[in-house]
Amino acid sequence: MKDNRAIYGVLLTMVMVIFHLLMTTHGVDFETQLGIFAILGLSLILVEGHSDFFRLGHAAGYGIFILLLATSPMFLNRYWVDVLNNVGLYTLLGLSLNIILGNAGLFNMGHAAFYAVGAYTAAILNTTFDIPVLWLIPVAGVAAGLFAAVVARPIIHLRGDYLLIVTIGFVEIIRIALINNVFGITGGANGIFGIDRPVIFGWKIRRPHEFFYLIWIFVGVTVYLFHRLEGSRFGRALNFLREDEVAAEGSGINTAHYKLMAFVLGATWAGMAGVLYASKMTIISPESFSFWESVLVFMIVILGGSGSIPGTILGAILVVGLPEIFRGFANARMLIFGLAMMIMMIVRTQGLLPPRSRIFSTE
Amino acid sequence: MEQFFQQLTNGLAVGGIYALIALGYTMVYGVLKLINFAHGDLFTIGAYLGLTLLTSMSLTDRIGPFMGVIILAVMVMILVGIIGIVLERAAYRPLRESPRLSAVVSALGASIFFQNAIMLVYGAKFYYYPQNILPKITLNILGMPIPLMRIILLMTSVIMMIALYLFIQKTKIGTAIRAAAIDQAAARLMGINVNGVIMIVFLIGPALGGAAGVMVGLYYGQVNFTMGWLYGLKAFTAAILGGIGNIPGAMVGGLLLGVIEALGAAYVSFAWKDAIAFCVLIFILIVRPTGLLGERVAEKV
Repeated sequence: MKDNRAIYGVLLTMVMVIFHLLMTTHGVDFETQLGIFAILGLSLILVEGHSDFFRLGHAAGYGIFILLLATSPMFLNRYWVDVLNNVGLYTLLGLSLNIILGNAGLFNMGHAAFYAVGAYTAAILNTTFDIPVLWLIPVAGVAAGLFAAVVARPIIHLRGDYLLIVTIGFVEIIRIALINNVFGITGGANGIFGIDRPVIFGWKIRRPHEFFYLIWIFVGVTVYLFHRLEGSRFGRALNFLREDEVAAEGSGINTAHYKLMAFVLGATWAGMAGVLYASKMTIISPESFSFWESVLVFMIVILGGSGSIPGTILGAILVVGLPEIFRGFANARMLIFGLAMMIMMIVRTQGLLPPRSRIFSTE
Repeated sequence: MEQFFQQLTNGLAVGGIYALIALGYTMVYGVLKLINFAHGDLFTIGAYLGLTLLTSMSLTDRIGPFMGVIILAVMVMILVGIIGIVLERAAYRPLRESPRLSAVVSALGASIFFQNAIMLVYGAKFYYYPQNILPKITLNILGMPIPLMRIILLMTSVIMMIALYLFIQKTKIGTAIRAAAIDQAAARLMGINVNGVIMIVFLIGPALGGAAGVMVGLYYGQVNFTMGWLYGLKAFTAAILGGIGNIPGAMVGGLLLGVIEALGAAYVSFAWKDAIAFCVLIFILIVRPTGLLGERVAEKV
């Protein structure tokens, strides 16, 4: 058994070396290769942390992942650090959708709407009242949460696919409302520009390398909180209602309340991610929050393994990172991406890293 | 009054197109309980294939405009129907027993695949149907000029819908489709070849969508590789409006949505045209989640 693992390790190294030689002969420069290997390496180590294939222990796997991630800005160039920043933002969105879709089993394909509410709240308050961006993170979160509470209340009783389509409707309505400059504050199709960079203790965060730590520390806090949430009374109630809504209702779980809370919590987090996005880009426009964004986040959760935190992170790395790796194929990369999604679902229906089943002690 | 009548006929013509696309969604949903997100892109493929066949074979010059367009539409329907069957075989059949979300993601993947395949083959620019295929005649109905095109579109979609309705209600295969939609396991026990039924559904649905693609090309003259998303979403809205899984419902829903959208664009706000459909959708789902004609969809616990 141990020998097999050694063989696989050697094989993996050999594949990496061959890959490296191939790329070198095809004129891929060193910095791009580093970026590609960082993305692949992060994915592989995350898989190792989850499945413990090489018997290092889950903690060691995740530990190496965190170490590699934390040091990656030191050897990557601006472009690839920015790719990792986008991975971080999508991880946040994925984790927030995971509460709704993965834990509670509510088919929400309108997550970009909450993201948009957060980003626009921050952008408007920042550009008109000059409130520092970081102060606006909780404000925008609350705004997105309230928005979710209002719009989700009447539709919360809808079953699976109906909910899916209604949330698609919401995200389209939001986008059209933003384009039509509703209330005269959203800047129409051009959006809002001139959003401030975040400032921490007088230190302005401007370069991708600085944003990297801001975003990924936020991801780290989120992972910790959501991991705690999974095992809590709230998380267990959500899982119950995903598995069998009628039985949950019969056991005295107020399903409508818990579903609504899942929506509000997920939306709050998406709204906060929206603030980070707005301050990273300094310009936001309705096209950043199209239906396509929702689809991407949805795919991240399902591909990674619905209900699984490591799965969601892996999903974000792959969905954001793979199109970057295949940038050389220019137009064909999205075609390959679509094909890969179909194949992935057929060979591994439950997602790449499905949640490990929880074992409850009887004592 | 004239504007109202113009918008009404325009709405009915577009609504007929929505209804044809909606039928594909509703039939697939009825049998497989799957939202076929790639359906909108099959519709786009129909529009592009129509354009290619039209310009390469010059059918309309050889056998006259009307026969030419009919033959063109039939060829497109067959081709898109075959693509539909292949899609089902490759992307949906292996996921028949899986959780429903996996099939939805597979459908999204298929949609991305088709959209980019069209882009790679044809390029990202807009394409234009030749504008002189069907004679530009304007009929005078009740003193109001109505383009012949709208009437042809509405007639075509109504004829196809009636044909489909008769097929579903009167033929043996139609009965099998209805049986498979109600209970697949029971249908299988009654000796119905459910896989065959699903194949037929994936032949008819995309074929109608492909026909709708040709109709949009002829009506608006302009096609683009991304147009399937919006048409698909609106057609799905139409299917929900009428009651998903319900074939007459999709027809009624499509026509109704087309009219509401045309009137809304004219009298409420043109800028909000695309939002109107979704507002209708949300309203109907809150007030009557089973759709207008959707009584037959009972909730199974």
